[in-house]
Amino acid sequence: MGLYFNFFSMHLKSQMEYKTSFFFTIVGQFTVSFTSLLGVWFLFERFHEVEGFTFPQVLLCFATVLMSFSLAECFGRAFDQFPRMLANGEFDRVLVRPQGVIRQVLMAKIDFTRLGRLTQAVLVFGYALPRSGVLWTWDKVCTLVLMVVCGSLVFFCLFLIYAAISFFTLEGLEFMNILTDGGREFGRYPFSIYGEGILKFLTYVVPLALFQYYPLLYLVGREASLRYMLAPLGGLVFAVPAYALWRLGLRNYVSTGS
Amino acid sequence: MMKYLALFRIRFSNSLQYRAAAAAGMVTQFAWGFMEIFAFRAFYRANPSAFPMEFSQVASYIWIQQAFLAIFMVWFYENEIFEAISNGAIAYELVRPMDLYNRWFAQSVANRMARAILRSLPILLVACLVPPPLRISLPASGLQFALFSLSFFLSLGVVVAYTMIVYVITFFTLSPVGIRIIAAMLADFLAGAILPLPFFPDRARAVAELLPFAAMQNMPLRIYTGHISGVEALGGIGLQVFWFMVLLLLGRLMMKRALRKVVVQGG
Repeated sequence: MGLYFNFFSMHLKSQMEYKTSFFFTIVGQFTVSFTSLLGVWFLFERFHEVEGFTFPQVLLCFATVLMSFSLAECFGRAFDQFPRMLANGEFDRVLVRPQGVIRQVLMAKIDFTRLGRLTQAVLVFGYALPRSGVLWTWDKVCTLVLMVVCGSLVFFCLFLIYAAISFFTLEGLEFMNILTDGGREFGRYPFSIYGEGILKFLTYVVPLALFQYYPLLYLVGREASLRYMLAPLGGLVFAVPAYALWRLGLRNYVSTGS
Repeated sequence: MMKYLALFRIRFSNSLQYRAAAAAGMVTQFAWGFMEIFAFRAFYRANPSAFPMEFSQVASYIWIQQAFLAIFMVWFYENEIFEAISNGAIAYELVRPMDLYNRWFAQSVANRMARAILRSLPILLVACLVPPPLRISLPASGLQFALFSLSFFLSLGVVVAYTMIVYVITFFTLSPVGIRIIAAMLADFLAGAILPLPFFPDRARAVAELLPFAAMQNMPLRIYTGHISGVEALGGIGLQVFWFMVLLLLGRLMMKRALRKVVVQGG
């Protein structure tokens, strides 16, 4: 763990060397999610509610997903570049070192420019928390924390799967984007609005709805059962197939040579 | 002119090679298109009377947009151009007996068209086969289709002329990735990439309709769906021609100034 923190501060320092560039990239990241926020706002100016959710309640969703995603991306960014690591043979060096493989891959890149999105998520929470009509008792606060923490872990698993698949294909697969970037973009609304089929898929196959739609129902008081509050924990089961796929890929790994 | 056509052809056939990537991209775009339409359907159910377009028009808007993403979206930059400017390869470009602006313009148009041609047909085919409320509809008349085609190519011109300005700005700022992202995201939003312009609140819409971004995907997509037709469509096309000229002149002027004092990087 100490080693990881060394790398953490190393990456922070190196990215701070180019301050202007760093700053502009953060602002850029902020704009990207800001336009989707504007989109949500414009729609609610016109429609006021969707499937019984009000604007601040949808913003809770928006901020939860955005925050989970940017946390996962900040630390799991290295998975995004993993196909390149495989292709140029750098991964062989990882294998001979006496450290955990995943940990080493992660240490290759920590991307602080994702703070732009994180800032936005914080600001949106600041706006939505008091206006959502939720009485913030302890159980609700815990629910919200669970949503964000488990959400980032689910997104992190998706990045891990992306990397694991590249063991077999040697290149990144664009269709994974529909689950990662798509999860972020479409997660700005409660997943129920996309219809029954999509909701089932996002509950049982890729558990994005488990940290978003179900606990949201608990937050706004539509459901009082503990099952809904603890739904995000169910999403953690997703780590099992993700890790298994990674192990399988690792076992089949054949170096590309140099 | 011949040499630009040749360049266009080379670039075009080069991009056509990436078929596997195109297939993966298509799957993503199908899924994306469906999710967009489902989201609009939920809002339609919430309050059909507040819907500023017909639902079938929104479905067509989204399918044409997804099919021709590479034509309409500003964020499909040519990374090669950014690299040439910041790593010094621009020096080779400058000694070639070709106008740099035209060369980059032709290259961008070729790459965007090649990408779009590979991806659009299968997407449009599926969009025709899905059940009715989600299905794409054909333009109301042959005339409407002709207007759409005209507007389509003009929007490609406007988008590329706009990206040319972003490339030229790189001469002055060198690195910031941020500026590129901001330039692309604001333009795409105001062009109706996330939300069609009719869905904007009235005042925001009134402003957005006058900006050069309205001459991008907004115009061809709304003409295709029939949301804008007849004389109004002709006016819109006129506006596109106007903005195309303005952006083209501005880009050329800026490039001329930039090249006068270009510093070649690298060694």
